[in-house]
Amino acid sequence: MAARFTIGFLPLVDACLPILAREHGFAEAEGVSLDLVRDVSWATVLDRLLYGQTHAAHMVAPLAIATALGRGRPAVPLAVPFVLGLNGNAVTLRPDLAALVAPETGLGDPRKVGTALRAVAAQRKAEGRPLRFGVVHRYSSHSYMLRYWLAECGIHPDRDVEVATVPPPFCADALEAGEVDGICVGEPWNSVAVERGVGRIVLATAQIWRRGVEKVLAFREPLIEERGAEVDALLRALVAAARHFVDPANWAANAAILARTEYLDGSPAIIQRAISDRLLVAKGTETVHFPDFMFQYREAANFPWVSQALWLYTQMIRWEGREIHPDEAERAARVFRPDVYRRALKGLDEPLPGASSKVEGSLAGLTPVGTQQGRMVLESNMFFDGRAFDPADLAGYLEGLPRP
Amino acid sequence: MRIAIVDESATRAAVIREGLAAFEDCEIFVLTERKGLVARIGEVAPDIVLIDLGNPSRDVLEEYFAVSRVLDRPIAMFVDQSDEEAIAASIDAGVSSYVVDGLAPHRIRPILDLAVRRFNAFARLQADLSEAKGKLAERETIDKAKRILMDSRRLSEPQAYAELRKTAMDQGRRIAEIAEAVVTAHRLMGGA
Repeated sequence: MAARFTIGFLPLVDACLPILAREHGFAEAEGVSLDLVRDVSWATVLDRLLYGQTHAAHMVAPLAIATALGRGRPAVPLAVPFVLGLNGNAVTLRPDLAALVAPETGLGDPRKVGTALRAVAAQRKAEGRPLRFGVVHRYSSHSYMLRYWLAECGIHPDRDVEVATVPPPFCADALEAGEVDGICVGEPWNSVAVERGVGRIVLATAQIWRRGVEKVLAFREPLIEERGAEVDALLRALVAAARHFVDPANWAANAAILARTEYLDGSPAIIQRAISDRLLVAKGTETVHFPDFMFQYREAANFPWVSQALWLYTQMIRWEGREIHPDEAERAARVFRPDVYRRALKGLDEPLPGASSKVEGSLAGLTPVGTQQGRMVLESNMFFDGRAFDPADLAGYLEGLPRP
Repeated sequence: MRIAIVDESATRAAVIREGLAAFEDCEIFVLTERKGLVARIGEVAPDIVLIDLGNPSRDVLEEYFAVSRVLDRPIAMFVDQSDEEAIAASIDAGVSSYVVDGLAPHRIRPILDLAVRRFNAFARLQADLSEAKGKLAERETIDKAKRILMDSRRLSEPQAYAELRKTAMDQGRRIAEIAEAVVTAHRLMGGA
């Protein structure tokens, strides 16, 4: 009897791992049967998870933490034993704005684009029509990455510009209609805006934080233990899918699968660009290769580092204008479950980090790290401003950041 | 009490509105447009918002509610949490609700229950309708296949039907499937 899991997702390229685990039989090989439920809002993905219509969900990482902490609704403990991917998002501006702040070809430099944007933002604010940015959800890595970048460049994301929620499928429309001047969204939606000539990609979020946590697989916490062996089997299937996903030999086939009506219902060519870390930043230009634009497998990318959860918590606190609360920080940390990841992958040919937390943004080059299984060398994980996040000192980190 | 129904399906919204009209003290507003939704909600200042789970504006609306907590009449994400069962039932039916803070649960429950019943009824109606549509389309395909056989093999109508039926039985398939194959083959061979 196969272990059945129903998983909710939004039509985004980084919903790839559950989809491919199902389509390529990785789930089946682990004795897992997967049903996937596609939705059009994170609110509905979350409702289905909380009220038992799904067992797990593809989710923007901060939303899992916000839910566990009871932001916006009563708290429900969630568990994240698996990260579905790092980065994979971009900042796309209206072409007229991009022309003022970004180079004509290729991606911009975060510091330079930010500095130029600051002048435009000040002018627009003075004219009484401040720049407006769309992000996919108020509790999204997109929101926190965009805000991190703006703030460091001297643009207050709430006072100098506006940041509002725009559902990914409407990002291109919103740019075209002038409802927003820029968006921070995952693929394929930046590329859709570029293809329609209503946007130009100026930055990949990987330029803001080289190894930024993005989507996670979230469960209601009790299920992690109640169905422990089955959850482990599911995680093993997802790792197999991740290994398959990053192999160039499989890019075209995987893009075709993801493009299907029942999944992303999009263009295989555009999806393949994202998978292969290539971006067409402006209509009529050459594609740009940006290594690790999406990051789904290497360096134990799927390992839920507790420090990632805590970084997101600091950003939540930062933009809420609240103070760090030790109990709350502990609850946020507990959402990420490296113990379950280890339990599931023990004995497999996959590296298992020895630690559960690390200083984020401290590695500029190749660094071998201690493991309890396999070998692992981490590459740069820098933030663009060079700051490092030490999860042992949340308050100190927050104090050092530009804040409201 | 002011109730906003947010649904891009005008038909379903009408079905819900009609149901809610039974409550005497309720004023009902139907919002089917995605554009300007948040501004419209602000004008309506509802006590209860009912929105279908498939609505792409939910995240935008929740952001507005989160911000609206600083307004005079903050809207909570959910109905009284003690009523888990009612919420689960509404999620199953495909409707989510947001309620102004402090509204008494006994005033919310009947409205939610009714919305759930109406959503379920609408879903059944849709299922019946698509089944009926499917049957009608099958009927048309079978008629086309019969005509092809009658023309190309000079069969009478009963003979053509008997031929389709026999083939279906021999292959263990439905008549409609065989008819579909005949029509497709005919088109490929250059027939109209």
